[in-house]
Amino acid sequence: MTSTIGMIEPGRPDPADRADGMAVVCRGVTKTYGSGSSAVRALRGVDLEVRLGEMMMLVGPSGCGKTSLISVIAGVLDRDGGECSVFGEDFARMKSARRTLFRGRTIGFVFQAFNLIPTLTIAENVAVPLLINGSSMAAAVRQARAILGEVGLGDRWTDPPARLSGGQQQRVAIARALVHHPRLIVCDEPTSALDHATGEKIMEILRSTAVGTDRSLVVVTHDSRIFQFADRIARMDDGMIVGISGADGTP
Amino acid sequence: MYRIALKMLFGDAARFFGIVMGVTLACFVISQQGAIFIGIMNRTTALITDMGYPDIWVMDPKVQYIDDVKPLQETELYRVRGVEGVGWASRLYKGMIRARLEDGTFQNCNLLGIEDSTLVGGPPGMVAGSLAELRRADAVIVDSVGASTRLARRPSGGSGRPVPLALGDILELNDKRGIVVGISRNTRTFQSQPTVYTTYTRALTFAPRERKSLSFVLVGAKPGEDLRALCRRITERTGLAAYTRDQFRWVTIGYYLKNTGIPINFGLAVSLGLLIGTVITGFMFYNFTLDNLRYLGTLKAMGAGDSTLLWMILLQAVVVGILGFGIGLGLASLVGWQNRNSPLAFSMPWQLVLVAGAAVVVICMLSAMLSMRRVVVLEPAVVFK
Repeated sequence: MTSTIGMIEPGRPDPADRADGMAVVCRGVTKTYGSGSSAVRALRGVDLEVRLGEMMMLVGPSGCGKTSLISVIAGVLDRDGGECSVFGEDFARMKSARRTLFRGRTIGFVFQAFNLIPTLTIAENVAVPLLINGSSMAAAVRQARAILGEVGLGDRWTDPPARLSGGQQQRVAIARALVHHPRLIVCDEPTSALDHATGEKIMEILRSTAVGTDRSLVVVTHDSRIFQFADRIARMDDGMIVGISGADGTP
Repeated sequence: MYRIALKMLFGDAARFFGIVMGVTLACFVISQQGAIFIGIMNRTTALITDMGYPDIWVMDPKVQYIDDVKPLQETELYRVRGVEGVGWASRLYKGMIRARLEDGTFQNCNLLGIEDSTLVGGPPGMVAGSLAELRRADAVIVDSVGASTRLARRPSGGSGRPVPLALGDILELNDKRGIVVGISRNTRTFQSQPTVYTTYTRALTFAPRERKSLSFVLVGAKPGEDLRALCRRITERTGLAAYTRDQFRWVTIGYYLKNTGIPINFGLAVSLGLLIGTVITGFMFYNFTLDNLRYLGTLKAMGAGDSTLLWMILLQAVVVGILGFGIGLGLASLVGWQNRNSPLAFSMPWQLVLVAGAAVVVICMLSAMLSMRRVVVLEPAVVFK
């Protein structure tokens, strides 16, 4: 696919994507940190496909390469080898500025530690992706307030993040990931800092608000209690995908 | 995004205050020490700037500065008057004299003897009395600061406030009687000694007898004369040094710059201010950026380009720079204003404000560059660590 950023309307899949139905396609992706005797091979030829409209979970023990893979998929880390495309676009073939632009419009992020800027209100935090994409502050905050309402925090939009519980902060982070209608959302351990009940609630919100026919989620986790929310689960070990199954364990 | 940058800056109140204080400190030290330095330099040339009439000062070629008097023969006056382009030429006596105070102590004074007929070279302004009174017998005019401090009459018993000299008071100058007929308003001098004006002829009676007594010839040029060309002509015809008022000011300032430790002392203070300000500001600004690195990485991951982040940092640096500059300059001005009637020499011309501003720009740019470098090399993948 040779579509350019400017031709893709945010939130709308390119027809070519519908044709093959894939949001992410990785083939033989490798990544090594360091060199010589201290080299660590984080990814050893990963093959992975994430379909449009599905929630894919990457699971596995610590150090198995989950975070490296999600970083490569999100275009924040350069791979050493293999192929990886997101909606038909390969980050490795983009210039830096185009890559940044593509990431800003196409991908939403949910982080383990929320990464909300403490000196901003939660509405301003949510508005950040829109500001990055050129919206005015007033318009961005207006949209942010609307989506905060969708995650149940519509009345708290003037609060700073510090006044919210961990679960509420993660809801803000989800709102921030969704506000600019990205087509792929990557979540890094979204429930690991939360208790079980809150974690379940967060996953319910993610499931209900983030997953859609035009949008896919890749969730890195080692929290087995949330596996039930996945459409498919890719198990990783030692830098490779060792198996992909449905949430119920069916291959 | 710039509002986000400002909210990030203002939101961390303690760090923000620290960074602004670093810039403030540097700006305050640079402008305050610079103002005192310029004030002192201005005082070295107070006598030159206070004399409004003469266009040109003529003196012995070996004179290095205003207080370095090398007397001329009286005949030099007529030689100067004979130079083409000279409108008028007057004599000026400048010397030191001891005044005996009522309590028996002595005070050294600057004695200025001005042309008897024209009174050219008199004080720039009068607080009491008039310049014309100088034509009366034994008449002297004393500067107001000297009259109210060093020449003031001390009350008997040593307690109570000194009583300033007033019109009609008698001053004993080198065993001669001087009657105060005027109190003048002068710029304070470098040595802070009282200045006593009298006529040229009377000054010679006050001063110890010397073979030559003419200190300077004050020259007024004919209308339309090129002053520098006239100076050259006077030098060619008489062999004397001739300077315009501005030239003589810079000759005097140059002497003090070259031959005293004043510029070194103030230069060190200013450099220290610049250094400390840069270190404090740079360190705190860099730490501020480091503390926000996770969020900057998050912005980067979410699609903010390097240029956006760099502009955000630059904006933060500019804001702390403007605030620190304003507060520092304000504090320095306050110090000057509060000491306006004290002996402190303080002068803050616009050039000094520019220099302080340039120093603040340097400090902020250096601080911002450290942080910018950190942001440019920041991998957005840091957000997943």
